[in-house]
Amino acid sequence: MTAMANKNRVSRREFLITGAATGGGLLLAWQLDALPRVVKSVAAAAKTASPVFAPNGFIRIGKDGRVTLIMCQVEMGQGTYTSMPMLLAEELEVGLDQVTLEHAPPNDKLYANPIFGDQETGASTSVRVFYEPLRRAGATARTMLVAAAAQTWKVDPASCRARRGVVTHAATGRKLSYGALAEKAAALPVPDPKKLALKDPKDFKLIGTPAKRLDTPAKVNGKAQYGMDVRLPGMKFATVAASPVVGGKVVDVDDGKAKAIQGVRQIVRLDDVVAVVADDMWAAKRGLSALVIRWDDGPNGKVSTADVVQGLAEASQTSGVIVRNEGDAVAALSSAVAPAKIESIYEVPFLAHAAMEPINCTVHVQPDRCEVWTGSQVLTRAQGGAARVTGLPLDKVEVHNHYLGGGFGRRLEFDYVTQAVRIAQKVEGPVQIIWTREEDIRHDVYRPYYYDRLSAVVGTDGRPNAWMHRIVGPAILARYAPPAFQKGIDPDGVDGAEQLLYDIPSIRVEFVRHEEPVLNTGFWRGVGVTHNNFVIESFIDELASAAKADPVAFRRALLAKSPRATAVLDVATKAAGWGSPLPAGRGRGVSVLYSGWGSYLAEVAEVSVSKTGEVRVHRVVCAVDCGTVVNPDTVKAQIEGGIVFGISGALWGEVTLENGRVAQSNFHDVRALRINETPAIEVHLVRNGEKPGGIGEPGTAVTGAALANAVFAVTGKRIRKLPLENQLRSALA
Amino acid sequence: MLTLKINGRAHTADVDPDTPLLWVLRDALGMTGTKFGCGVALCGACTVHLDGIPRRACVMPASAAVGHSITTIEAIGDTAVGKKVQQAWLDLEVIQCGYCQSGQIMAAAALLAKIPSPTDQDIDQALSGNICRCGTYPRIRAAIHRAATLPSHPSAPKGA
Repeated sequence: MTAMANKNRVSRREFLITGAATGGGLLLAWQLDALPRVVKSVAAAAKTASPVFAPNGFIRIGKDGRVTLIMCQVEMGQGTYTSMPMLLAEELEVGLDQVTLEHAPPNDKLYANPIFGDQETGASTSVRVFYEPLRRAGATARTMLVAAAAQTWKVDPASCRARRGVVTHAATGRKLSYGALAEKAAALPVPDPKKLALKDPKDFKLIGTPAKRLDTPAKVNGKAQYGMDVRLPGMKFATVAASPVVGGKVVDVDDGKAKAIQGVRQIVRLDDVVAVVADDMWAAKRGLSALVIRWDDGPNGKVSTADVVQGLAEASQTSGVIVRNEGDAVAALSSAVAPAKIESIYEVPFLAHAAMEPINCTVHVQPDRCEVWTGSQVLTRAQGGAARVTGLPLDKVEVHNHYLGGGFGRRLEFDYVTQAVRIAQKVEGPVQIIWTREEDIRHDVYRPYYYDRLSAVVGTDGRPNAWMHRIVGPAILARYAPPAFQKGIDPDGVDGAEQLLYDIPSIRVEFVRHEEPVLNTGFWRGVGVTHNNFVIESFIDELASAAKADPVAFRRALLAKSPRATAVLDVATKAAGWGSPLPAGRGRGVSVLYSGWGSYLAEVAEVSVSKTGEVRVHRVVCAVDCGTVVNPDTVKAQIEGGIVFGISGALWGEVTLENGRVAQSNFHDVRALRINETPAIEVHLVRNGEKPGGIGEPGTAVTGAALANAVFAVTGKRIRKLPLENQLRSALA
Repeated sequence: MLTLKINGRAHTADVDPDTPLLWVLRDALGMTGTKFGCGVALCGACTVHLDGIPRRACVMPASAAVGHSITTIEAIGDTAVGKKVQQAWLDLEVIQCGYCQSGQIMAAAALLAKIPSPTDQDIDQALSGNICRCGTYPRIRAAIHRAATLPSHPSAPKGA
């Protein structure tokens, strides 16, 4: 398939012309059958082709002219397998129709994400951090190929030009393809990075123009391979039951009935998990339900959500580490009284990711090596985890990455990889470990429960003059990336709160680290900002209401020093018809977002609320300024999808603990928005040449507050605790 | 030993007859386009056609599919409607992670086979059982409407 796709060395435009002449059928066949690219792991690819020219970790060009681009950032729906190639191809001077993609192997030296220092795809960073490095990688290769041509013709490289994988000497019309130049280019020195010329943005052919995604043709016909689709000779299937309580242990297992089930091959019992290995997943599942496992729950066996909240509430009485301090908010607040002084507590619950592809990992452990097949946002961490479990050196642990059936932060963890390796150590041959949906929901690494205290003083002029925000929750980064946790501040936990854009004379933001190790907690789409934006944008709405001001006018007056925020607010509110009449029973809410992602968003949500507290979202309008845009349609798609994810989370999302156990288990109680519940969504891009900002997560983060504020507009009820519907039911009862 | 007619071909599988069709397709026959999402017919990721009717393969015993014609995502492009759906999906860039899209496409193809020009209500009814966590619903809706307008026999020259 790959070879076929590459033999069709015609531009899309050329083809469209040919296609039109020969009838639509051929065109359809081309689009459906020729575009899909088989994405291979590097190991597999290395066996089939030997690249001649590999100037860096991202580009390989063979004598046959085949251009292979190595994808260091993983594809989990966010479109990196198109935007990363666009950056490379723009400067390399090849068309997207001329490239083949490969998943990168784990290698921090070649592929570390500059923000994290290791190979990670997350926190809406891919375009932000690779915008320049990948362009430079492309330009380096192009410069060498042009130099090789110039040397061949004994002309000045400046008199040659590269386009669509061919170097042309303008004066004589001589041409050489990249394939013909590959060997010569490989022998040339890598150009001095300081002298490397990048294209002027006005000359961009790819960056900023909508490009068809390269991964999707294989996703309409079942050919795209996710981690769960790996099939190996002799592979067995396993499913697991891990301790239902964090810290619990297996006491004993009665596996008599399980072993009698047709297809069940082996029961693997470890300290904290039991696995049933079988010929297929169904036999494994039946085997698992036939096991009688006795657990020692350990210290967390009686914990409930209320205990966690109590701990957070107590911690919120202590002052935290100062994150931002301007003016004297403490003095302003201590001398003020209600109604000028407004105080609120906000709470957001534990959340599960519930990516559509349940957690899975395939492993083959042999005495001298270990192979892992999975979909991971953190390949080197996964590799390191497997190496630690097996005691093998890193170079004996091979990790093959795949498309991810959703990440949303869940696959930034590699707990499931180490668990799978531990099980696979006991199994002869390769084994695919699949978590049931129930296991996936109950052994997630959850968005933490946060508890926030806010207070502010609104002056007689109707403007706030003091703002105090105390965030109480765990420090995920203290566990995940200790060097990032400095001076008691979790930069993720305070993201979006620290950068509060509103022009208020006294601002104090504090962080109180409070760990409740009864559930594992980590990153969830929108990370710290999803929590902080809900809190901040709800509270600013409270202040607007106290000042009897229009929520948009109130914000706008405080954003005078932030033209980019003002611009998105203006675009969103105008498109949404802010202030125009609505049908009876409907209300609008607004929210504005700015954070470490560097993007500015404003959103207007339109909702109605039934007498029993059911929220119907009718329309969402979002304006986005993410600076320089690589693939505009992907930006829109990410915002649309982020909004849908945010609606599910804000309306219904909640994981609760009973006797140390997660109460929820599948999509009946982890409710996800469905097509019949999805509002009309409009996304407006505000384009400029600023640095690229993050886009995968802001759409989720900006949505909770817009919904809560719309609910307030229509019901007069201020909901300060998510999920909205639960709270509305009691508020309206 | 079960014999199943899948995508026009007979396949045999040595499995317990109660095994859900999903696992027969994926594990016994290696046809991995049909996805596991929830195991209890709540998400639609495993949607296949049984005699053209959309069914959740995760809760359908393989024995119940014997004697019926099963179509999966791997072959939906061989049908005129399926091909239109795939094309519309690509035209409008519906897909993000793609994991649920096998099921979405199968549900959409069954809808369009039954109702060539569905209304928004028809789409709601036919697709509300298919969850997409990436949130591609607005584009799914638009793509179904688009598929309804694509020519039925795209291989025939225009105007022929």
